[in-house]
Amino acid sequence: MDSNNVRIIHGNEACVEGAILAGCRLFAGYPITPASEVAEIMANRLPQEKGTFLQMEDELASINALIGASWGGLKAMTATSGPGFSLMQEGIGYAVVSETPCVILDVMRGGPSTGQPTSSAQQDVYQARYGTHGDYEAIVLTPSSAQEALDLTIRAFNLSELFLTPVIVLSDAIIGHTRERVEIPVKVDIVNRQLPLDGVEYVPFDADKTKRWIPYRANFGMGHHIVVDGQLHDGYGNRVGHIPGKSAALVQRLCAKIKDNIDLITDIELRETEDAEVVLVSYGSTSRPALRAMKEARKLGQKVGWVKMKTLFPFPEKELAALSQHVRTFIVPEMNMGKIVNEVARVTKKQTISVPKIGGELHSPDEILKVIQEVL
Amino acid sequence: MNSLGEKYLRKSSLPTLFCPGCGNGTILNAMVRVADKMGLENFSFVSGIGCSSWIPVFINSDVLHTLHGRAIPVATGLKMAQPNKHVVVFSGDGDCLGIGGNHFIHAARRNIDITVVMINNYIYGMTGGQVAPTTPHHVTTKTTPYGNPESPFDACVLASAAGATFVARQTTAYPAQLQKCIEQAIQHKGFSYIEVITQCPTQAGRNIFGSGDPTFLYNELKRRAVINPNQPIQGNEFHIGIILERDDKEVFKPMTVGEE
Repeated sequence: MDSNNVRIIHGNEACVEGAILAGCRLFAGYPITPASEVAEIMANRLPQEKGTFLQMEDELASINALIGASWGGLKAMTATSGPGFSLMQEGIGYAVVSETPCVILDVMRGGPSTGQPTSSAQQDVYQARYGTHGDYEAIVLTPSSAQEALDLTIRAFNLSELFLTPVIVLSDAIIGHTRERVEIPVKVDIVNRQLPLDGVEYVPFDADKTKRWIPYRANFGMGHHIVVDGQLHDGYGNRVGHIPGKSAALVQRLCAKIKDNIDLITDIELRETEDAEVVLVSYGSTSRPALRAMKEARKLGQKVGWVKMKTLFPFPEKELAALSQHVRTFIVPEMNMGKIVNEVARVTKKQTISVPKIGGELHSPDEILKVIQEVL
Repeated sequence: MNSLGEKYLRKSSLPTLFCPGCGNGTILNAMVRVADKMGLENFSFVSGIGCSSWIPVFINSDVLHTLHGRAIPVATGLKMAQPNKHVVVFSGDGDCLGIGGNHFIHAARRNIDITVVMINNYIYGMTGGQVAPTTPHHVTTKTTPYGNPESPFDACVLASAAGATFVARQTTAYPAQLQKCIEQAIQHKGFSYIEVITQCPTQAGRNIFGSGDPTFLYNELKRRAVINPNQPIQGNEFHIGIILERDDKEVFKPMTVGEE
């Protein structure tokens, strides 16, 4: 068996290697700090893999180029940060409603607006979930290391192809720029969109519960003459915006496609939670000082547990609700003014304490440990 | 139904949503005739938002009816995935020059091998008759009740300056020339652009031309269209025909390494 290649690389490079392993063959992007290395490395790597690198005129063009490439049969990705992510929301909505697989990497920096280009933050979590208009469900993955940047980018492509929807990888400036040990696997499990079955009438935008609400997907050029529309449409892609029942049916199916299959998506890591009275709920870079704080508390004999959410959305409601059976207090450190803490409170209905931090610096383990001491 | 219609139109999407007397049917007709000649299976279509962006939806082909202004970047991505297809974009004047203007000039600069058919009715029709980047100076629309304070784009000059390698203007008043020109644009290697000046009885007719009568508007476009390139235009006249055609600029293709 070939051994995996071990390298010291930063999270942005790890995302590129993950994407290429997952089958990404088109990248379209626009330079922005702290995500620019992704475009630079893609520009170097994709031609080596017979892929296409496009530097577009802006982020609007970038996300829309992915949509065209995806319908042409390519796995496609873009990378950006806050201001660019805002511009991409329109295209993300189109990808949701047209069921276009693609991957969007947001390397978060401090906001609002131009904000803090070179500093880290976790302020885009709600934009990743709710950023485009209308009702929809989002799949959002949050890596906490360079290794997870690679692993979760591969997973993002697989989920995107499975569910025919855009998937967002929510990294941040710390993960993107921290160089650490990454095992690059020689072989990975790849999921590809399911092509229509021969001999059965192909209805490109329809699927029932037995199919997990996920249609088959033919690419352009396969002779199926597909019309893709951002307007609400029936199974054949024809607009039904003027027909309330059919319009509602599409939005309901698109939401059910994610919500009813949440068990196929959720990926969270639990440590020391079995007997815990207090649990730290974390994601992305803040899960690192949180883990250290938990370990320090355990050394003091305190019953503290730790949760790391690798899938932030759909929100892991079931898993956190289960913890609330025996956990008294949840502590949520975040590099924002307190966002996901609201989700945790809603789901657990227990005492929930926000540990916000903005300005660009990561929490120190001591800062989190101090909060633990206050609630114990 | 006409036999070409029978063969090439997407019946589940009919009837079209075009107003009586609209020029979009003429453009659809021209495109279907070109596709009949060149083989519909060799095409993919992309469009944005606006009345004219519905044109390809009625063709039984692979069609991406995208966001307002974003047809050209979608077509760019699609062309990268399917380089052997003719990727044809249908876009309105607001779609292509207003909200999508940046994409338009950059696609022209890249000289990517797609064709953009921009339908110019001088107004935002679908939203009810507001001023567009092509609306003549001083005329009244729903958002210029005291007259348009701005000057319009000359889209063909813009396309040429941005680096397009095939630029033409046609009008629905000359459908045979239009059809021939669409075919020439598609055959051209590189970024090809046709501005098609069309009649819009419902909005431009009422707001700009002073009459919503399709026959009047059709004759008016015929009167304004000047075929002889050496004849200077006056007032609201416009030249039709191929304005620019060049082969001295490399067609965009993504960089490769190693063996070709």
